[in-house]
Amino acid sequence: MKQFIEGSRAVAEAVKLCRPGVISAYPITPQTHIVEELAQMVAQGDLNAQFVNVESEHSAASLVLGATATGVRSFTATSSQGLLLMAEVLFNIAGLRLPLVLTCANRAVSAPINIWNDHQDAETVRDSGWIQLWAEDMQDVMDLHIQAYKLSEDKRVCLPVMINMDGYILTHGIEVVDVPTQEQVDKFLPKYNPLYKLDVDKPMTLGFLAGPDYYLETRYAIQSTMSDCLKIIPEIVADFKNIFGRSRGGLVETYRAEDAQSVIVAKGSIIGTIKDTVDELRNEGKKVGAVKIITTRPFPAEVLNKCLLGIANIAVVEKAISLGAFGPLFADIKAVLSANPKQKLSNFIVGLGGRDISKQTIREIFEKLVKTDETCQFIGIKPELLTGENPQESFSDE
Amino acid sequence: MKEIRIHARAGQGAITTATILGHAYFAEGKFPYAFPYFGAARMGAPMNAFVRVDEKPVRLRSQVYEPDFLIIADATLMRGFNCFTGLKNKGVAIINEKETLDLKEVKPGQKVFFVPANDIAMETIGRPIANTALLGAFAAATNEFKLDSLIEAINKRFSENLAKVNIAAAQKGYEFISKATTYGAKRT
Amino acid sequence: MFGPIVSKSGSGVKYKTGSWRTTQKPKFLKKNCIACKMCIMICPEGCISGKEKNTFDCNFDYCKGCGNCVAICPKKDIIMEKE
Repeated sequence: MKQFIEGSRAVAEAVKLCRPGVISAYPITPQTHIVEELAQMVAQGDLNAQFVNVESEHSAASLVLGATATGVRSFTATSSQGLLLMAEVLFNIAGLRLPLVLTCANRAVSAPINIWNDHQDAETVRDSGWIQLWAEDMQDVMDLHIQAYKLSEDKRVCLPVMINMDGYILTHGIEVVDVPTQEQVDKFLPKYNPLYKLDVDKPMTLGFLAGPDYYLETRYAIQSTMSDCLKIIPEIVADFKNIFGRSRGGLVETYRAEDAQSVIVAKGSIIGTIKDTVDELRNEGKKVGAVKIITTRPFPAEVLNKCLLGIANIAVVEKAISLGAFGPLFADIKAVLSANPKQKLSNFIVGLGGRDISKQTIREIFEKLVKTDETCQFIGIKPELLTGENPQESFSDE
Repeated sequence: MKEIRIHARAGQGAITTATILGHAYFAEGKFPYAFPYFGAARMGAPMNAFVRVDEKPVRLRSQVYEPDFLIIADATLMRGFNCFTGLKNKGVAIINEKETLDLKEVKPGQKVFFVPANDIAMETIGRPIANTALLGAFAAATNEFKLDSLIEAINKRFSENLAKVNIAAAQKGYEFISKATTYGAKRT
Repeated sequence: MFGPIVSKSGSGVKYKTGSWRTTQKPKFLKKNCIACKMCIMICPEGCISGKEKNTFDCNFDYCKGCGNCVAICPKKDIIMEKE
């Protein structure tokens, strides 16, 4: 049924429909509404789950790790500093091959302290072995969560899934969302039936020491499964379409890119703004398009290569940067396209710490990308805020 | 596509206003996207909430720079700050203010409606929470949606008694505009 | 694909650490024992057992010969002897 609901509410509704047994989280802006909604659902008896309050994100992640290890479907959500405090446990969850779903309300990372949206938090843990999906709008948010449990718990996968939604823009935005019925979700998502679990009646050891003789194989296995996921994810999207009647999620989506001379590659909610700008520029006769990356881990190298084949000018537009190098997505795409020297590939950094991205910003990028293949061009820099030598000089009182 | 910018102070309920406004559009089968922008995240600090609405799902995620409509929840927000920046040439502004102010920022063709929304709220709700009165005035001033759609949205947002008093506030706001003359209309 | 991430419980039992002993092993004298169980708790291999006074002994399949039990025994009722 179509409802006019907040993005955070859409997450809570989706998670509720997936019937988790354990939820644990520590509140952090802008993730807070998600767990408030879930806590209320549990308190009112609408959701039969244990909601465990903990003292930090490290504990929250550890708790859902333990719960999943005992064979219970679990959920957690966090943001920014919270995700980084979880980082150690994130590697453990993936390393132990535990299916889990985490919502990351993407937010900038301190310092300076900033509660607004960018992608630095999730990009910083991209090597942890988690599958990473990125939502463009509230319907994506809803549908990706339902797909995420199915993907994560698939016996060929057994890897955790992180769903990224832009803080405020999606978490606090209110939009029309088609909320599926419990029957539909039950039909799509079977009960969690783990391959292995901690059980006092059938004891086993999970997470033992793996020395130089063993560790390499655990990493190889995850890498190999990640590559399998590139085939499994489209299967799940097809299953989803059969039951829910709409196609959401997947690896990559193109928008008017087929005959385009210039495209912008991006992920998350910025794609909507790019699509609107593409339409405007097309009306002005410019051959432009957009490529939306939905799944960044596993990285859909082959599919992307196919989408970008023959496009003369490509700009990777990112809300994150690997300081001292490039935008992380740019580095991945550069690796994919290295075989084609005729293409112009540039990298733009936008929207860090919530700097607004308007259609004008996107137009500026479309103008610049045909002239350059520079990396890490920051858009919207205010030169008056940049000081030369001593920062006290520009910010001290006159 | 229509764009609405709400100017308020954190704590005045701008997000609730945007939610109800969006819901009124939703009740008429449109696709609204309502969202806030927090500044200092402190009570009393100026902040914005926005609604963008279209016949099809809205994709644009930036803030609103050229609104069709403005709602100013408190006239003190205009002290030293031009709330009218970017307002479209035929734009409409609803301001919570008893007096008719002379606003230099207003261009010919733009319409400004002053609504004593605090007084209406005190009468109906018993507290100076002006949002629903302003929304009633918005419905009358812009003809964007029917009063019934607004009432449906208020019923969705508030439980029984609160809904009743807020609906009364919305109705009074609506009626006030049906009778009022506008500042912009006088100028042109 | 999975790597080595789980193992059956009790797999450590197969690993007989007794072969790690070099020159000395403990001898339980069973004369002045007060059944304080300090030797059980200090043993890194958990291979000492016993309940009543003067009944304690260790399993040489797993004893590494570290001598911790000798050092902790308050009655000096355990000594190290040559293999």
